[in-house]
Amino acid sequence: MTVVFWILAVITVVGGVAAVTLKNTVHCALALTAAFAGLAFLFLQLDAQFVGFAQILVYIGAVAILVVFAILLTRGSEKPERGVFSRTWLAGLLIAAAVFAVLSWAVLSSAAALPGAGEVPAPSVSVAQIGNALMGRYVLPLEILALLLTAAMIGAVLVALHEKGVRK
Amino acid sequence: MTPLAGYLLVAALVFAIGLAGALTRRNAILVLIGIELMLNAANLNLVAFWRYGPHPEALTGMMFAVFSIAVAAAEAAVGLGLVIAIYRSARTADLDEINRMKG
Repeated sequence: MTVVFWILAVITVVGGVAAVTLKNTVHCALALTAAFAGLAFLFLQLDAQFVGFAQILVYIGAVAILVVFAILLTRGSEKPERGVFSRTWLAGLLIAAAVFAVLSWAVLSSAAALPGAGEVPAPSVSVAQIGNALMGRYVLPLEILALLLTAAMIGAVLVALHEKGVRK
Repeated sequence: MTPLAGYLLVAALVFAIGLAGALTRRNAILVLIGIELMLNAANLNLVAFWRYGPHPEALTGMMFAVFSIAVAAAEAAVGLGLVIAIYRSARTADLDEINRMKG
């Protein structure tokens, strides 16, 4: 385990915790961006350059901006008077802790079977290879995804632009 | 601890944080943020298994992560559009106060 990995892991986890615990929702969006950046650099650490830069472009560039727009359009930056956590926060916290306990138990108990450091050479993947794979073996999922993105974009615009006057 | 176990543990922790956020926050946008964190944790698992798996040259895990990022972007757009639409009709994004489905 390298020092870089631990630094990135701490950035990601602290950003994630801040994103779900801070009171001001704009600060939450900022912390979420930090968590996304940490994850993007973790992808780069894993020799997945394409996924890392796609993460930066899609999440930091688009999703974070969308979240900020939604917060400002819904006056979500105003602090609610009854606290930011729901009535059933204790049950939710217990469920999340139980899920983490099960997942970490599964990882740690099977750690001996996982490949160790240095056993797997770093794969060298060029963007040309990824493009060939996308246009060859994965062309059908790519087309379906294009359709899904178009439908989602039209659907989001239709849902969000619903005016009171035209409602039937 | 092997590198793969480290990445899997970080992913599990991020997933649990996202789940806790989705289950405990009042604001609908914060619930969506929690869901985004959970999706990202799954992507980290996919890429980590791709990197330390037996056939990284097949690109399967990496492609799965790329497609997952694209689907998550579509989900974020529709989800935030729904939050804005609900805010227009209910005048609040507080999930404890949105307790009816009829507008």
